[in-house]
Amino acid sequence: MIELLQNLIDGLGRGSIYALLALGVAVVFGVMHLLNFAHGELITISGYAAYAAGQQGWSWYIIAPLIVVCAVVASLVIERVAFSRVRGESDFTLLLTSFGVHFVVSAAFLLYVSASVKTYPRPGWVTNTYSVGPLNIEVFDTVVIVVTIVTLIATTMLLQRTMFGLALRAASADFDTARLMGVKSDSVIRGAFALSGLLAGIAGVFWLMRAGSTTPSAGIDPMLKGVLAALIGGLGSLRGAVLGGFALGLAEVLLRSRLPDSIASLTEGVIFVLIALLFIFRPQGLITVAHAERV
Amino acid sequence: MSWSTLEADQTVLEVTGLTTRYGAISALRDATLTVGSGEVVGLIGPNGAGKTTLLNSIAGLLKPSAGMISFDGTDVTGHPPEKLLLSGLALVPEHRRIFTDMTVEENLKIGGITQPGANRAEDLDEMAELFTVLRSKWDTAAGFLSGGEAQQLAIARALMSRPRLLMMDEPSLGLAPILVDAVFELIDSLRQQGRTLLVVEQNATRMLEVADRAYVLRSGEIVAEGTGSELSEHDDLFGTFIGG
Repeated sequence: MIELLQNLIDGLGRGSIYALLALGVAVVFGVMHLLNFAHGELITISGYAAYAAGQQGWSWYIIAPLIVVCAVVASLVIERVAFSRVRGESDFTLLLTSFGVHFVVSAAFLLYVSASVKTYPRPGWVTNTYSVGPLNIEVFDTVVIVVTIVTLIATTMLLQRTMFGLALRAASADFDTARLMGVKSDSVIRGAFALSGLLAGIAGVFWLMRAGSTTPSAGIDPMLKGVLAALIGGLGSLRGAVLGGFALGLAEVLLRSRLPDSIASLTEGVIFVLIALLFIFRPQGLITVAHAERV
Repeated sequence: MSWSTLEADQTVLEVTGLTTRYGAISALRDATLTVGSGEVVGLIGPNGAGKTTLLNSIAGLLKPSAGMISFDGTDVTGHPPEKLLLSGLALVPEHRRIFTDMTVEENLKIGGITQPGANRAEDLDEMAELFTVLRSKWDTAAGFLSGGEAQQLAIARALMSRPRLLMMDEPSLGLAPILVDAVFELIDSLRQQGRTLLVVEQNATRMLEVADRAYVLRSGEIVAEGTGSELSEHDDLFGTFIGG
């Protein structure tokens, strides 16, 4: 029981980061039908910014906001340079474009920075823990969970209370009709990329704090987690993406601690099998997305 | 009504020689029509005559391959829908296309997204007054509305943009007879408010009763134009082209 509770807290911490990544993937998928395999590059780019800032001896109080700003700017630049040119093309073209962006960004760091691992100092409290009764809780997980909850509440308010949020939701449900209402496709798509970058930036702060280093291919792992969690949740459903993120985090922690030691290293493989099973029984993911065409 | 309309004889919409293709097929050929300020104009014709293609081309959802669309004397051919809406041209699309996951109020707010906040708030109050059915369902997800209510929402949502010209695509489609009556009553009351309407309808008889003028489309071409009584005299039009 205690162990389960411990797993639950660890899983929530891990799942929080996945949820933020997945939400960013889902926001962009909603307006553009782009499954963004370049989403992790926002973390790669921010990672090198963190490295550069670390070289200057900057503190994490500066590095953290820098990471967020970098992710937002990178997201907008990538939209401008790559995705705006293929807007309205087939989903497959968009998918390939995102792969292209992923390879170009990691190749650029490989060529112009270095292939080796670049490290930067981590704040001391990342590895601290505190006890609540028999539970050992990481300070890091606590911060991640609290920040994620605040971010999710703020995002919900943005989507429900502001005209931008309404426009984003309308465009996700039915882009053509949203345009008929006067929703500007440029603004809503750029806004979606900015929001997606913001969420990736917040997730990136924690991802990079925990990693303490970056490489040209550092974006692959966060991209996979974000895309998988969004798929688990039912692509296009924002609520589903968040749920998928938490589900993925919990599944990882539970499997890692419950699988026999001899196969614990296969956790990732087992997760893929579980996801495959989910799609056999529920191809639409956890949450079914309503379509405007359904009249 | 808080917003005014122009003089009755002023032309709002002028479509000249409009042709729209789907691949090799011309769904619409050389269509020419005008809508004057304060006029209610019908577009009638059988299924597949090109009525929706014509409206969607005017609204910017389809790119015409030839011809010109002029709105308020300005050439707006090829403008995207969001730009046309800003010029004052709104479309209630076929099948209503309301945002089912959003509430009635949110749907209306989206309709008024191009308006300043104060106008939007004012228009929300006005829609609540005008569409009593919607008032009681203000916070309901639009997906739970009945067909008739959804149609009223679609029309109210389009009115939120304070359009100079409101186009409607088959507003009575799929509605029970009593709700069809409600839709035509609504069109009539919008007309009495002096609004300018271009309405696609399959229900030709009902449309001719409320329209000042109508165009008859058949196989992608406009084959007749006139007032309700003029067109009604064309038994051949009704028998052959409209089928009811």
